[in-house]
Amino acid sequence: MVLIQNAVAWSVLILIVSGVACAALSGKVAKWVATFAVAVVGVMNIFLLKYFLDGGEYFRYSMGHYGAPVGNELRSGPLEAAMCVVFCFVMLLSIMGGRKHIEEDIKGKKQNLYYISAIFLLCSMIALVNTNDLFTAYVFIEINTITACGIILAKEGKTALAASTRYLIMSLVGSGMFLIGICIMYGATGHLLMEPIRDFVAGIDPSSREMIPVQVSIALFAVGMALKSALWPFHSWLPEAHSSATATSSALLSGLVLKAYIFLLVKVIYRVLGIKLLSQNPIFDVLLILGAGAMIMGSVNAIREKDLKRMLAYSSVGQIGYIYLGLGMGTLAGLSAAVIQILAHASTKAMLFIASGGIMDVSGGSKKFKDIEGAGKRDLFAGIAFIVGSLSMIGIPLFAGFATKYVIASAAIELAGVREWIAIIAIVVSAILTTIYYVNAVLILFGGKDNSKKPEGFKYSTEYIIAMVVFIVLNIAIGLNINNLIKLVELGFSMFA
Amino acid sequence: MKKKLNRIYNILCVIFALVFIAAMLLTVNSLPSIGEPTNPTNNVVSEKYLTDASWETGSLNAVSGMILDYRAFDTLGESCVLFVATIAVFIMLRRDEDSNPNLPTQYLNQSYEDEDDIIFKKTLEFLFPVILCFGIYVIANGHLSPGGGFSGGAIIGAGFILYLNAYGLDKIERFANSKTYLACSVCALLFYGLAKSYVFYVGANHLHSIIPVFADGTIFASGLILPLNIAVGIVVSNTVYALYIMFRRGGFNK
Repeated sequence: MVLIQNAVAWSVLILIVSGVACAALSGKVAKWVATFAVAVVGVMNIFLLKYFLDGGEYFRYSMGHYGAPVGNELRSGPLEAAMCVVFCFVMLLSIMGGRKHIEEDIKGKKQNLYYISAIFLLCSMIALVNTNDLFTAYVFIEINTITACGIILAKEGKTALAASTRYLIMSLVGSGMFLIGICIMYGATGHLLMEPIRDFVAGIDPSSREMIPVQVSIALFAVGMALKSALWPFHSWLPEAHSSATATSSALLSGLVLKAYIFLLVKVIYRVLGIKLLSQNPIFDVLLILGAGAMIMGSVNAIREKDLKRMLAYSSVGQIGYIYLGLGMGTLAGLSAAVIQILAHASTKAMLFIASGGIMDVSGGSKKFKDIEGAGKRDLFAGIAFIVGSLSMIGIPLFAGFATKYVIASAAIELAGVREWIAIIAIVVSAILTTIYYVNAVLILFGGKDNSKKPEGFKYSTEYIIAMVVFIVLNIAIGLNINNLIKLVELGFSMFA
Repeated sequence: MKKKLNRIYNILCVIFALVFIAAMLLTVNSLPSIGEPTNPTNNVVSEKYLTDASWETGSLNAVSGMILDYRAFDTLGESCVLFVATIAVFIMLRRDEDSNPNLPTQYLNQSYEDEDDIIFKKTLEFLFPVILCFGIYVIANGHLSPGGGFSGGAIIGAGFILYLNAYGLDKIERFANSKTYLACSVCALLFYGLAKSYVFYVGANHLHSIIPVFADGTIFASGLILPLNIAVGIVVSNTVYALYIMFRRGGFNK
């Protein structure tokens, strides 16, 4: 075993150990421990990704002397490594960019608790991405649910409390469905590992009675993850939760947490069910329709919002729709489009939320449209980042978001019949609506007269500038390397099964 | 209009619940019936747990062998769930008087415990050591008999809650305060995380582990399982007690 292959397990373990250690440290020290741990894990995953790009094969990492199926194991491939790299660096940049807000919004002695939650959040997402075992996935879903509530709660106040309670209830229903799904799947197949389940399922006659539990548990996985990743019409918890939290939390929740669940669903679909059985399961027609609905309804709601962060939150609902549209297509091209959208949206939406934090800073802490007029001129970094993010979301070439629009449209053309029409209409309508509200927001940010003066005592923090610049560069870098991204995802899927 | 919508919504809820129940019943009906020897769940995995756990892990209790050796990664995650759950409750409920001086204090130091309940106090004088000893016994023998860190920890945590209710906050905070809570939890979890990191590392890289497994049925028979059970027990009892004290008064006193 090559040394770098240990990075899979070490990422999780380093984060657990540093998260626990933060409990004994003060907020100031915890901040550096958290930043350092996330950066180390990110670098380790870059080396892992490089190992795969240099021709390394996917591998299993057995946790202990007794490998799977008796023990636990992790499994890594190019796709998983790329996902981990994006998660780590979006996390790092969000923490750096939102540091000022963390220090203002969270009471002094509770700051280390915030960093603990953030570290465990990343830890659970990395474990979710790399796990090969349905039950391990459930354990880390629990950690993810609790810590996500923690980072919403950290900004005290009535709205945050109400939002996180609602989020907790919806999220627990989702976890419950996933758990019931695992129980049924285990009862029907006798396995928790993904490959043995697939082999077992492939041996069942599709029309026999034994197929019913398998179909039902796949449906439960899909509905559970849809609830947790706010697929329309299960999105009612999202706008409040994402807009009431502090800037870093919003970026993490919108950019990463939703994606980790969706990636788990991609894994279950692709590795447990296998691509051949996909089109036979009616749940994917439902996902396609709900995805199309989300793309349109999310954007319609976003147009009606008069509050910047709520608009971004509704935009997330719409963008999640693209991912589910890709999943619902039931083809390999659709799945690749979903994965590319996960990567593109994670980096773009986190940037937009951190930028909105900067915009609130120069607008007296308000996020209402009438107060933020001209804020882009007052905080130029946030303004430019917002423009770049908007162009990316709309799908202009040279920016990250274009990759998604391109691959999802080409995947839609390959479909047949009604599905093709639903997909194409949803893509076109959603593109128009997205353009309307992002252009509107940018015009407001740079509109108005005599409002370009910074509030007194306003100073950029170095960390914030670094985070914004890196976010912008990252977005354009992804936008310029769309072909490489598509190749990476193809390579990933070739080793995924 | 709103009332009407509400009613439609309620009816839809009932219909949805009925459909869900019907689907679940249908599913359960098509699952293999429990206890059949030909069930898919009776495969190599469960057979290996039952035949090999006692000598491979040294744990006569196959469940302990499973959760702390074969599937230790899941259990590490499970312990972290407990830890982050207390952290989330801390974020929500802990009152920090220094950073927030406007909090009302009149309820804070009010004693909810009945100071003069002689019967309760005298009973607990006798019971508390017994509860603690039983909890420790359950934890320490987790690999030899039914029990382990999770059940033993819950017993000890319940014992602490009883003690608090009988003797009040001042007495219990002589030994169970925020400092001891933090020290015990952090040390236990760090030990768990680091010990298991070593085991995962040697296991995945096919190296020789220096941790001896005797498998002779004594208390030291099973290598890491005893210390890990103790660590889990500490985490669980701390969690149980910390959640109680958070909901009771929003934090430790000292």
